[in-house]
Amino acid sequence: MFDWISDNRASIALVIIIALAATFVFSIFVGMRQTKLRAKDEVFGDPERTKGGWYWALCGVSALMLVWFYYSWGIARAVFPFAANELCQVAKVEEAMSPITAALPVDSRYLKSTALVVRNSAQLDKLAVSMPAEVFTPREQTNLSLAVTQIKDLLTVLSNPEFSDQDARSALLAVEMDLRDVAKRLRADYSELQPQKEALEQPKWGTSEVEIPMLPVTGKGVLLDSVTLDVQEVAKAFLKVRNISPQAKQLIADTKVILKALKTPDPLMQLDEPQEGTRKAHVKAVDRIFKRIDDGTIFPAESMDGVYFAVNEVYASLAVAKGGLSVVESLFFPGDGVVKSRTQCTEQGSGRWLPKPTDVIATFSTLANPDLESGGGYKGTTLLWWKWLPIADVVAFLIPDGLVDMLPGSYGTHGYSGEFKPNYKDKLLAVAQGEVNLGSVPMLDGHIWDSLFRVLVAMGFGILVGVPLGIYMGVSRFFKSFFDPMIELYRPVPPLAWAPLILTIFGIQDDGKIFLLFMVAFAIMVISARTGASGTQLSKIRASHSLGATNSQILRHVILPNAMPEILTGVRIAIGVCWGTLVAAEMLAGTTGIGFIENVARTVSDYELIWVTILIMGLLGLIFDLVMRLAIAKIIPWRGKG
Amino acid sequence: MSDLYCKDLCMTFVNPMSGSKVEALKDIQFSLKEGEILTVLGPSGCGKTTLLNMIAGFITPTSGTLSLGGVDIQAPGAERGMVFQQGALFEWLTVARNVDFGLRMKGMGEMEARELVNFWLDTVGLQGFGETPTYQLSGGMQQRVALARCLVNNPDLILMDEPLGALDALTREKMQSLILELWKKTGKTIIVITHSVEEALLLGERLFVMAPRPGRIHREYNLSFAEMGLKRSLREIKQEKEFNTTREEILSMIWDMEEEIMGGV
Repeated sequence: MFDWISDNRASIALVIIIALAATFVFSIFVGMRQTKLRAKDEVFGDPERTKGGWYWALCGVSALMLVWFYYSWGIARAVFPFAANELCQVAKVEEAMSPITAALPVDSRYLKSTALVVRNSAQLDKLAVSMPAEVFTPREQTNLSLAVTQIKDLLTVLSNPEFSDQDARSALLAVEMDLRDVAKRLRADYSELQPQKEALEQPKWGTSEVEIPMLPVTGKGVLLDSVTLDVQEVAKAFLKVRNISPQAKQLIADTKVILKALKTPDPLMQLDEPQEGTRKAHVKAVDRIFKRIDDGTIFPAESMDGVYFAVNEVYASLAVAKGGLSVVESLFFPGDGVVKSRTQCTEQGSGRWLPKPTDVIATFSTLANPDLESGGGYKGTTLLWWKWLPIADVVAFLIPDGLVDMLPGSYGTHGYSGEFKPNYKDKLLAVAQGEVNLGSVPMLDGHIWDSLFRVLVAMGFGILVGVPLGIYMGVSRFFKSFFDPMIELYRPVPPLAWAPLILTIFGIQDDGKIFLLFMVAFAIMVISARTGASGTQLSKIRASHSLGATNSQILRHVILPNAMPEILTGVRIAIGVCWGTLVAAEMLAGTTGIGFIENVARTVSDYELIWVTILIMGLLGLIFDLVMRLAIAKIIPWRGKG
Repeated sequence: MSDLYCKDLCMTFVNPMSGSKVEALKDIQFSLKEGEILTVLGPSGCGKTTLLNMIAGFITPTSGTLSLGGVDIQAPGAERGMVFQQGALFEWLTVARNVDFGLRMKGMGEMEARELVNFWLDTVGLQGFGETPTYQLSGGMQQRVALARCLVNNPDLILMDEPLGALDALTREKMQSLILELWKKTGKTIIVITHSVEEALLLGERLFVMAPRPGRIHREYNLSFAEMGLKRSLREIKQEKEFNTTREEILSMIWDMEEEIMGGV
């Protein structure tokens, strides 16, 4: 069932997309009708105007989902399941063409030869002017100038069609002819072509590690793929063409001799070390320019004309072969497209970093699968599941060993015969260390639970400690003045700034994170409880005094309930801040938790996983807030009505 | 006999920053017999509320003595019930829990208090409202709850600080009748502070007109309108000639005081 869904996600996505589009149109239709019906009696600015409007919510959500589908190439995959595969074949052809096009003004402004001539001439001129005369003997100076002149001559010879090499000319002509053949082949009829067997067995687009199946699965793709081989041959031949005429050969040989002689300095010069360096660098600079052009890759400009026309013809044919695919590519593959990935066959641009909604669900269901053995969960931990928790572990967590140490008496010793009889203290120690079997209880488990657990425990401690302290600070000058400086000193520090310190002291596991979150929750709870307590109306306090209540009764029955709205608002804020801090802390260090998953996903650039964690965090934050809103409505219905 | 005695009562407020002193009350002297109803009138700032807060025990006088039933007043206590202008109800509790608050603080259980609560809710006209949250009540009903909450404690003295100040005219008249009715029914000693001369005349068996700077009792009246109000309708009483002349007299008295404060503009 799961595999079936996974394999058919493109078709499922198509159904969803159609439903979304229908919803979008339908909601706009309903919305327009409703607007027409109500428009007359509503006054602009009246808050009543914002009431209702589910159809616009539907419209917005479906629009967002459609935009998501569009930019993640979800629509492309659902409607044109083979387009990416075909584009991949186009990419192969273009990649095969690239050695030829690199020499031509196709992706650049100038011929490669032009660029080489212009750049090397300019550098030669510069070198001729900047020659450090003091490190060369007069004879050497003459030779150096000669070398430079000869290299310039070489450039001239190579650029002049009159001196062009006969072999090179015929080779270029052959390339041109071959390219024209390729262009012709690209226009061939591909409707009869059949994909190979293994091509059909490839996993579908997006269902495996390989994003887009590489082998061609359509006739068009097969044609393009087979043409690629021809193009590769032509490109290979093109790269082998060398333009070295007899004149050029002579110049090259002469220059080589001069430059070789210049490499060792005249012993009479008696150069010191820096001077020798200068000399060496200068000769090397000239030599480098020489080496750039002595391989005969500079051609006269018009000798490339034939190849250039042929290349354009190939591209024209390629465009014809692509046909409707070009339209699909520009409309449904926003971002950089597939071709940009060259032979990698991957999604580039938004298709790369924005996973398709259906793929996100697939990744989520893999994560949510509690069966670790079949590849579920993440890094050996489930997403949210349960396990048996030994009660002894909980007891051991709650009772520190030191408590047993403080009890009267001493631990047992071994007897005469070497036996050891544990006394009551030894037995208690075993309990404190969790070595006693007390049975197990079912307990939630998994990354989500780990994150939740940290927040909830920290919030629990924060409320237990923070609220009473805050209430006392709201009613007592001593408490207020004594604790205020401490709290106000640590509170303004961003919680994450504490993280490195706290995690170092308390460890990167639960202890450190819980303490960090406790610090966050504590400060917020203290301040909210204090504000709530100090905001109690004097008349209420006086009334309760007159009704005979004692101070502690007033604290419990008047000030605490009165502070309740502020406290609950504090809880709501604290949960939000804790959640944000926790995720960041989990990214810093740790081995479980949602933030941990995202951090690992980041290091391996697993965009789907990153989005899944983002969505999980968003949903959990939303659930927190909804629960708090419900709690506030339930616990303090009088809020704002007193 | 739990009479209220007030002797040489002075209250001076010292501003802790500047050290300047304000004489809020000076040499207040009066006594109130059990079962009497007293209304206190005066321009704002004449120390009416200060006087009431001292009787309630919320603030300690600078000098002088205050005693109720022969016992010096040191701190707030359940024998002196208080009703505030805004009700000062506990909005997180229902009407019944508000009313039995004092009893519960004394350690009585909700069930034990139930009969008393129901009796007083009936008396103030709130039958069946026991389980209603207080924030759902109107201003007049909230004040009724405040009265019941005070009376259920069975105090010797009831202090009311502008109890009807925030109510509309119609509700106010009904509440005035209710206060007189409760006064007759319970025979409690009651002190009512008010801004309204009419209300002071209608409710007060005795009436103090206070004057400011320093706060003092300017004039005392002994009136019979409260007694009349037990039998006749309050609107009828307001038509009485004596009622109107007294009202005009007091109004011009307060008017003069106010002008004096403003510098005789």
